[in-house]
Amino acid sequence: MKESVLELVNADARSLFDGRYLEGLRDQMLKFATLQLGNPDHAEDAVQEALLGALKSVKSFSGKAALKTWVFAILKNKIADHFRQRSKLGEGSKITDSLDDEQDLSALFDERGHWHQDEKPVAWGQPEETFKQDQFWVVFETCLNGLPAKQAKIFMMREFVDLTADEICELEGLTTSNLHVVLHRARLRLRECIENRWFLGESENAKL
Amino acid sequence: MLSCEEATRLMSDARERPLKVSERLVLGVHVSICTGCRRFGSQMDVLHKAMQNFAGGKNESTEDDK
Repeated sequence: MKESVLELVNADARSLFDGRYLEGLRDQMLKFATLQLGNPDHAEDAVQEALLGALKSVKSFSGKAALKTWVFAILKNKIADHFRQRSKLGEGSKITDSLDDEQDLSALFDERGHWHQDEKPVAWGQPEETFKQDQFWVVFETCLNGLPAKQAKIFMMREFVDLTADEICELEGLTTSNLHVVLHRARLRLRECIENRWFLGESENAKL
Repeated sequence: MLSCEEATRLMSDARERPLKVSERLVLGVHVSICTGCRRFGSQMDVLHKAMQNFAGGKNESTEDDK
């Protein structure tokens, strides 16, 4: 029975039945879901559901999307479901830690609100080329991890899980204006980190 | 005159809500004379794309090497 299914599915999708490949994929998914959900048990659940979902609907995998992109798209939906479910159960996290880190911005801007000379954004060149380099993604992940946990979570809910602003506000107990402040700070910090660790250090990376 | 801090806030907000005409005007004037903020604006697109690519596309080649 299983064999006949395998014959029907796209060659790429057969990787899902390869134990070693699946193991590696699972680890990456787990790392990613933990970063988003902040709770290893919830992350484990989301990954299990996503993998089961992927296996169930493997015939619908068109092969147009890379297998991993497809599986991660399923994971993304599962993560969004988890967020929504927790909100229904009244478990939406409340922002208790201070959202307000003024020091942060004074490190970037002077008292008139202008960029400090050495904090002014530099040109980034060709981002498409950058995305092809594995080392860039290590830096990107390090920078995401370096954000205050709430900022990282909210930034990812917005930019990756594609939750709407209203959904995030409800889940996190934020006003719209709070949300905008958090996103502004997350973007400033993430941008700065990537610039410092990648674009300014690129010549050094190339030497490695 | 808009500060860079305010300009970056408007550029971040622009991804969340439509800016008012008055906001678009002051922002337009600011970025026309401020290279740093102009770069910030285009880099916000890069961050968005990076976040979208973060999970699915990365490490494809390293996997082949394994």
